[in-house]
Amino acid sequence: MDFRFVLLWTDALFFVLLALGLVTIVYVRRSQPLRAAWRKVGSRATGMATATILLAFLAIGLADSLHYRPALPAAAVDGGEAPADSREAAYSSEVLSALDALLAPLRTRLEKTYSAPFAGELYARETVELPDGEQTRIHPRLTYGAAHLDDPETERAQDIASRLGNGAAAAFGVWLVAALAVTASLARRRGRGWTEAASALVRGETVLAWRAALVTFGAILLVAGAAVALGSHYHVFGTDKVGQDVLYLSLKSVRTALIIGTLTTLVMLPFAVALGIMAGYLGGWVDDVIQYLYTVLNAIPGVLLIAAAVLMMQVVIDTNPQWFATAAERADARLLALCLILGITSWTGLCRLLRGETLKLRELDYVHAARAFGVGTAAILRRHIMPNVMHIVMIALVMDFSGLVLAEAVLSYVGIGVDPGTISFGTMINMARAELAREPMVWWSLLAAFAFMFVLVLSANLFADVVRDAFDPRRG
Amino acid sequence: MFAYIVRRLLYALPILIGVNLITFALFFVVNSPDDMARMHLGVKRVTPEAIERWKAERGYDRPLFVNTQADGREKLTDTIFFDESLRMFAFDFGRADDGRDIAQEIRDRMRPSLAIALPTFVLGLFVSVSFALMLVFFRASYLDFWGVVLCVAMMSISSLFYIIGGQWLVSKVWALVPISGYAPGLDAARFLVLPVLISVVAGIGANARWYRTIFLEEISKDYVRTARAKGLSELAVLFRHVLKNAMIPILTGVVVVIPLLFMGSLIVESFFGIPGLGSYTIDAINAQDFAVVRAMVFIGSVLYIVGLLLTDISYTLVDPRVRLE
Repeated sequence: MDFRFVLLWTDALFFVLLALGLVTIVYVRRSQPLRAAWRKVGSRATGMATATILLAFLAIGLADSLHYRPALPAAAVDGGEAPADSREAAYSSEVLSALDALLAPLRTRLEKTYSAPFAGELYARETVELPDGEQTRIHPRLTYGAAHLDDPETERAQDIASRLGNGAAAAFGVWLVAALAVTASLARRRGRGWTEAASALVRGETVLAWRAALVTFGAILLVAGAAVALGSHYHVFGTDKVGQDVLYLSLKSVRTALIIGTLTTLVMLPFAVALGIMAGYLGGWVDDVIQYLYTVLNAIPGVLLIAAAVLMMQVVIDTNPQWFATAAERADARLLALCLILGITSWTGLCRLLRGETLKLRELDYVHAARAFGVGTAAILRRHIMPNVMHIVMIALVMDFSGLVLAEAVLSYVGIGVDPGTISFGTMINMARAELAREPMVWWSLLAAFAFMFVLVLSANLFADVVRDAFDPRRG
Repeated sequence: MFAYIVRRLLYALPILIGVNLITFALFFVVNSPDDMARMHLGVKRVTPEAIERWKAERGYDRPLFVNTQADGREKLTDTIFFDESLRMFAFDFGRADDGRDIAQEIRDRMRPSLAIALPTFVLGLFVSVSFALMLVFFRASYLDFWGVVLCVAMMSISSLFYIIGGQWLVSKVWALVPISGYAPGLDAARFLVLPVLISVVAGIGANARWYRTIFLEEISKDYVRTARAKGLSELAVLFRHVLKNAMIPILTGVVVVIPLLFMGSLIVESFFGIPGLGSYTIDAINAQDFAVVRAMVFIGSVLYIVGLLLTDISYTLVDPRVRLE
């Protein structure tokens, strides 16, 4: 199929962030104390298990960040024989991602409106005309959900069970390969036999907690296997108001959450680190100015500052529609702007922490010695102060992530979050909330959004705890 | 002490001016009044005359900072900046888009906001501190471990879930209290129980975990060992010594939010239909009523600065070693 790559701003920055992550890994491998700290993270079962879950989310987000515009079929451009050069420019205005392509069956199978999880019929009654001319109100069958069954009521349980079995079998197959790969690498690294490596793995005696990682990976595979096996014939989490599959929406929301949680910190990091260190080390009027700056920003209630900034940005985006070629680019600009705004409002906390820590560090002997040797201020900051406050930065990064993911949902609910067209947990909840008053209640899209968010935030929180324990020198 | 407070209040002035400059820049410089008018009037009714009329109605047809056409003092006073920004220091916020006086509206709505925020604050602090104390009393046991796990799980749940779930369970399934609404006077209690309860529960996870770390830090100090060596029971040590000393870091984090209680909670108020300042702000954001949002930003920052001052004063009250100079 013909397509054209689209690099949205957030994609580009997300890749930059990943590249930075890789550079950090290389840097960590070279530095002995950092390697020790990360090994401590890896030796904890919680650390490995949550890291596995977070990596799974990251894979979803990454697949969803590879954007392209599919080519329109030539016939749609021009009814007859179109010349080759005019055909080239015809790309769909709809921006898709690799995840969309993977989930094409979920994305394209739209129902008419709400349907419950695993349902074979629409949730609402509709008036249907019977062949004999009479009208009745029934739940019409879905176009796709459980369409392969003649009578969903009686056949469904057995069908689901057999599909689940297939999914679990496939999952186990993949898992076995992964387990064997881990065992093989363990055996090679220790230079001992396979059986020994395997028994160390089962007893949980490896340096890194591979057992926990494998168990978690198995659980993820089971869930994924079940979703794949069932998703092709059912709407596992039901459908929303316009008939979109809720499972698809939940998976798409992951990218938005990751972008908000990570890009925001990327944006604020240079400011917070530079200003915090400078305020602490230089003191004097620099300190006064920086302190004034963050007290002012802190004094404005966060939500209101965000609201004001988002309202204003909305006006800018609305008055300059010529900047954006597609709706996706406009939504993306708003997402990026939201990250910027969140970053500006949230750098103050880290800045204050860094200032305090630098105040302590500048009085230490090795800094005095560097100054006595005539090392320049910039070099002292870079070589002696920066590496010694990095654990604070690291901890703050991981701790902020979950808060930002939760904040996105609330902000989108207030109407100052992402573009209403962007699929995110916030917009999902917002749309579902309007339907809570229905009788009977439409609960599944709410519950799906909350469940996904809970798993993501809980693993991020637990991971943050492990990281803090490993990096904070005050904790044993 | 008095001199200190006066000095701190004087120090607050440049901060408020900074806040004012930032909001003014956000609302008037980033977007010209023309843009705002266009957005407010909608796409169809935009004509140059309509825009001029819209600006004239609000006094936005003047220059931003310096009015070159006026004379003398008027040069600075007959501008948007003077009118919109500086008069806020006199708590004169002008009128909202629906023509009502914002200052009056804020006074009216303060009470419902406080009626929710104050009980939430007191009850929340009490519940979280008690829970944390219990975890510390049973420290290094299964109860402690699972309590912390519970805290982490509770803080990983979106606050929206607590609200929606609570409304569904208590109001719809059990039908104990009305889903939303408000009534003046004592009748309000009926409407307030659920939002207060939900806010308290939503706050337990993060707060109790934080208090627990503070208590644990305190409990490893020498004076606690001395107290135990004297033969005090563990409960007496906890309540008489640890709690008192741990209140200092807890107060720093907590006192600063007391004045902000006046602002109410954005989400809770709008979910429960309580006519407080939080829902006022949300409505203003949704209606893009910039005057109201600006007024709320200003009030919020004033309250924050008051909170900082209260924090410092409360230090001296709980810790005699701290003297304000």
